[in-house]
Amino acid sequence: MLIPTRLARLRKIRRPRSSSVSWGRWTEFLIESLIRILGLSTIGFVLLIFLFLLKEGVPVFLRVTPANLFGARWYPTFDLFGTMPLLLGSVLVTVTAIAIALPLGVATAVFVREVAPGWAREILKPMIEVLAGIPSVVLGFFGMTLVAPLIRTTLGAPTGLTAFTGALILAYMSLPTIISVAEDALDAVPKSYRDAGLAMGATQWQTIWRVVVPAARSGIITAVMLGMGRAIGETMAVMMVTGNAARLPLSLDAIFRPVRTMTATIAAEMGEVAQGSTHYHALFGIGIILFLVTFVINLVAAPAIFAKRRRGGLR
Amino acid sequence: MVGYSFSLSGKRASPCVRGGAILTAVSSPVKILPIAHRPAVIRPRGSWWRALAAGLFLFSLPWLIAGCGARQENPADGSPTTAQVIENKGSDTLVNLALAWAETYMRLHPDVRISVTGGGSGTGIAAMINGTVGIANASREMKAEEIAAVQAKGKSPEEFIVARDAIAVVVNPSNPVNGLTLQQISDIYTGKITRWSDVGGDNRPIVLLSRESNSGTYVYFLENVIRLGDGKSRLLFHPDTLLMPSSEGISAEVRQNPNTIGYDGLGYVTPDQKVVAVARDGNSPYVLPSVETVNDGSYPISRPLYMYTSGEPSDAVKTYLEWILRDGQALVSELGFVPLRQ
Repeated sequence: MLIPTRLARLRKIRRPRSSSVSWGRWTEFLIESLIRILGLSTIGFVLLIFLFLLKEGVPVFLRVTPANLFGARWYPTFDLFGTMPLLLGSVLVTVTAIAIALPLGVATAVFVREVAPGWAREILKPMIEVLAGIPSVVLGFFGMTLVAPLIRTTLGAPTGLTAFTGALILAYMSLPTIISVAEDALDAVPKSYRDAGLAMGATQWQTIWRVVVPAARSGIITAVMLGMGRAIGETMAVMMVTGNAARLPLSLDAIFRPVRTMTATIAAEMGEVAQGSTHYHALFGIGIILFLVTFVINLVAAPAIFAKRRRGGLR
Repeated sequence: MVGYSFSLSGKRASPCVRGGAILTAVSSPVKILPIAHRPAVIRPRGSWWRALAAGLFLFSLPWLIAGCGARQENPADGSPTTAQVIENKGSDTLVNLALAWAETYMRLHPDVRISVTGGGSGTGIAAMINGTVGIANASREMKAEEIAAVQAKGKSPEEFIVARDAIAVVVNPSNPVNGLTLQQISDIYTGKITRWSDVGGDNRPIVLLSRESNSGTYVYFLENVIRLGDGKSRLLFHPDTLLMPSSEGISAEVRQNPNTIGYDGLGYVTPDQKVVAVARDGNSPYVLPSVETVNDGSYPISRPLYMYTSGEPSDAVKTYLEWILRDGQALVSELGFVPLRQ
């Protein structure tokens, strides 16, 4: 989120200095085209990755009957390729994680941007960034040894390795993303909005809740979408704390039961499969489903991201 | 979690070449820059390049030393040009034993380097098929399609039984259940028995733990315990079974959760888990797994452990495997496995 503004700033201070030597102009051209090639190659790589994913994943949709492929039982060793438990498992964990992280994240962002005194903000912001740097395997280990037993004893579930445990860890992991993006969004709300709110006799709480947060809505949606993207793609921590049981999470207590996510399935099984087998293609098939899900999330988020640019006003 | 990597040197054989490549890539821009043709302003940039090159050179130095050291030592001994490197990968059950063998063997034969990696039987065999490792460790026999994949490359896999392993059924130490029959274990893992009170324990739900499906232990347990060795049986693990990515995952959960039942190689059972005695059927005695009971065949869940090579093993690999089958057996019982009868 920081990058576009930073780029704009750089563009303004570009110096018209290239008149001096032709050599300089030549290197300038070289560097510019190099950067252009690098930038375009990113798109190329994404395309190639997607093509590879399609090439490896599509055979499963041809080889396995749809009834099997979207069935309830994932048991690839014995040709049962039901992806439903995995898809619903991922959805359950991700949605729960966002339901936990959204209020916490937005509240933290509001506090950091609107309420906290300057010195507190100086401490909080880097701390939140440090949070983002904790490796997921460490959080997974933390979840496995500390959070899971706690959940089992306090909730009385048969095991602590549940969808909820995974959601807690994922919420914690997506918090830094949500906080920093939401904080940027709040920061972009013109100061005149706040002044107007206060001048109308609104309390600080009313100003925040009825003026500033609604004005930053699109940015907050972006934050949630990005956090969701982070959560759905997370593998290691989820694999360690959700129990990886490929059961359909449809019962009422499903959230306090083990689940198996798409990412954990790919990570756990990719090492084992014989190349070219149906199981191998099935894992890439899951990859395609995962790709489509994240693509849709990004697509939904896109209008919100671009809507942000249109607002005017004084800062 | 998926790939524990225990690498004992060995892996650093090729970076010598890689280090060299880095070096040339770095030094060439320095030479090419026609410093004399440039306006003076650009000078500082030249020194910046040089600093970068020097930094990269220093950075690559450890690799150069580590990588080339082995190669340069040997000609002095008069032995062949390079250290013999044996890559050894596969079963997580076997990994500790394979490491112990590798360490001892390398001490006896300093000219041989062996690197041992875990990851699961399937992973090791796949790597052997792809030609990235010389020896695959497996806790199950090769599947027909894996053998076909080797044959497709014009080779045939060689099988060596290197030790035996017993699979222990474990529960939380607070669980009062002491013995189970194979039929009971099968019923528990297929979801027919769901409470400990049905097999003489507390009134608690049973939480099923298993290794991931890339583990040889998993396949063995399914075929010989859940399906009771019946080739026609279609029984599967209950969908509620928790698939743990590692042995440590199982022991961590068994240790802290009184509802759990798990299984793992005897070599991986820690003292804080309770081992259950197993009976072949209702009329047979309940037997705890141990070196004696596995070797005399009275413990019902035990299996051979394999090493596979693709085609006829090279001389270095062959000598190593012969050593494992002879002198190496002394190490087997130290690690909780069962040595071959000789």
